[in-house]
Amino acid sequence: MKTESRFRLLLIGSTYTWMVVLALIPYLILLGASFLERGEGTLVVSGWSTVNYRHLLSPAVFGMALDSLALAAVAALLCLLAGYPFAYILAQAPTRAQPLLLLLVMIPFWTNSLIRTYALVMMLKADGFVNTLLRAAGLIEAPLQLMYTPIAVFIGLVYTLLPFMILPLYAALKAVDPQLLEAGRDLGAGRVQNFFRITMPLTMPGIVAGTMLVFLPALGMFYISDILGGARTMLLGNYIRDQFLVFRDIPMGSAASVTMTVAMGLMLALHYLANRRSGREMMR
Amino acid sequence: MNKAVVELIGVDKDYGGHRALANISLTVADGEFLSLLGPSGCGKTTLLRLIGGFEDCTRGQLLLDGRIMDRVPPEKRAVNTVFQNYALFPHMTVFDNIAFGLRMAKKGTDDIRQAVHQALELVELAGMAHRKPAELSGGQQQRVAIARAIVNKPRVLLLDEPLSALDHRLRKQMQKELKQLQRTLGITFLLVTHDQDEAFAMSDRVVVMQQGRIEQIGTPMEIYEEPVNLYVARFVGDINVLDGVIREQTGSTTFIALVEGAVVRLRSNRALNLGQSIHVLLRPEDFRLELEQDIAQSRDLSAKFQQARLKGTVRRIFYHGATYDVEVSLESGTRVQVTEFFDDDSDNLYFKPGDSVALGWHEGWEVVLPHED
Repeated sequence: MKTESRFRLLLIGSTYTWMVVLALIPYLILLGASFLERGEGTLVVSGWSTVNYRHLLSPAVFGMALDSLALAAVAALLCLLAGYPFAYILAQAPTRAQPLLLLLVMIPFWTNSLIRTYALVMMLKADGFVNTLLRAAGLIEAPLQLMYTPIAVFIGLVYTLLPFMILPLYAALKAVDPQLLEAGRDLGAGRVQNFFRITMPLTMPGIVAGTMLVFLPALGMFYISDILGGARTMLLGNYIRDQFLVFRDIPMGSAASVTMTVAMGLMLALHYLANRRSGREMMR
Repeated sequence: MNKAVVELIGVDKDYGGHRALANISLTVADGEFLSLLGPSGCGKTTLLRLIGGFEDCTRGQLLLDGRIMDRVPPEKRAVNTVFQNYALFPHMTVFDNIAFGLRMAKKGTDDIRQAVHQALELVELAGMAHRKPAELSGGQQQRVAIARAIVNKPRVLLLDEPLSALDHRLRKQMQKELKQLQRTLGITFLLVTHDQDEAFAMSDRVVVMQQGRIEQIGTPMEIYEEPVNLYVARFVGDINVLDGVIREQTGSTTFIALVEGAVVRLRSNRALNLGQSIHVLLRPEDFRLELEQDIAQSRDLSAKFQQARLKGTVRRIFYHGATYDVEVSLESGTRVQVTEFFDDDSDNLYFKPGDSVALGWHEGWEVVLPHED
């Protein structure tokens, strides 16, 4: 018994140590830095200032943040539109085929996403796979400008984040009792009415979870915007990265970072509260 | 009999290589309460799903109100189902659950409100309209499921083991209420159950099924008193099976036979040949049982055992309150179970283990079947 509890203490203790050293302390440093000011020659100057946060509210930066939110929202919507039918087919597939199909969704994860983004460049560039194919098929005469457009960024975001949408949707769809759909048919609903009145409302938690899992990372995936969108498309992630690495304005980058984290945290908290409320309703 | 609502003509249902239903022919009359009775896996639920439109016949035909139902989907059939686990929509209130079918039928808002409240009153759930299914007890959910189905005024209501999830007392109560509801509404009820008591208590007719086949169709009394074979006899209640051989035919329906070593007189409408092996079936309550010593002293008593008198010894007594069971081993070695009612005058059980007894039965209560080996 005693060794067991010591082992448990070791396990839990090491987890907490990691969390404190690698997450909490760096984050506290970030939070502290966000209230400093950038110095000439030195990285920061000491003092207490909210200038960085005020700068975030300036029209240029605030507009960029809104654009970034809109971009992430569109990416999440595209993922939902592409992912729901896929998850639906997956959940309806023969039980024995489902693990294999799920594996096909997971396999791209085994390759580094940066490398996969570069692979997309090969597909989308002027003499790339997509244009060659379309021209060979006689559908276009001149190559389409795909690279360095918002379309390319969306393609990149959706391609990278789609599995995060499919998996929670699949789990939610699997949890829908098929007998409820039979009951719907029995009461006069066709397949389409069944979907909108039964399947969709019952998979709403999966829809929300999938949307969060796509939307939040889409705000920060700066390398996709960099590689596929060129300089024209800016995500919040690009802005933060630029503050740290290009302009060397650590306090400003910290403030943007803190703001984005707080925004994400708020959304997760709302999601959690909504879940808990519907969960309580179920329990009653 | 009223005109037929459901007709099945030579219906087969195959799953892969397995035949779930074989050559089912059945007619359900308008306004009838019919039960499909059988053990799990006998095909009774498959038959219900066929009528509901969730399965197709492999061979044969299904007609509802005289119309052939080939490839008619569930939503286009004038039948509604009460599912075994109720299948209430968890995200909808009781009101929305019950209104579902009416909304699908594009009824007006006022009509819907009125019909739903009427249905709620019928199942005694008035005031529960705004609850969610998860906030209701099992019995209440059951009532919502029934209300959700009957509010659509179906030609046939299909009930798939609707009471199996309820506890014993609630089940008894719901049996009465369902029967009452069926009388009030005049809708044809088709109930699937594995519980003989339930089938007998509620049904006008019972269909006994085994391994995808119909063994017998009849009123509860016919099924209980005149089972067509050993399977049906054993499935509906306790039964004693005695073996015998026909010795002599003494009239058009009367025979003399050797049963468990004793010469007895039997009645049967069946054509039985001399020397034919038979089963004699008797319910525990069909027997007469007396002490040998009492019969020796009473001419009246011995007269009652004239047509059949088997000798045996009392083995055990089982006390049940209003009745008690006596286990008797006959001279042939066969054991039988006899149900006796308490004598009002006597406080004590009349029989005790070790007593020598004579076993007979009320004349004509026996069922004679050809031997099934």
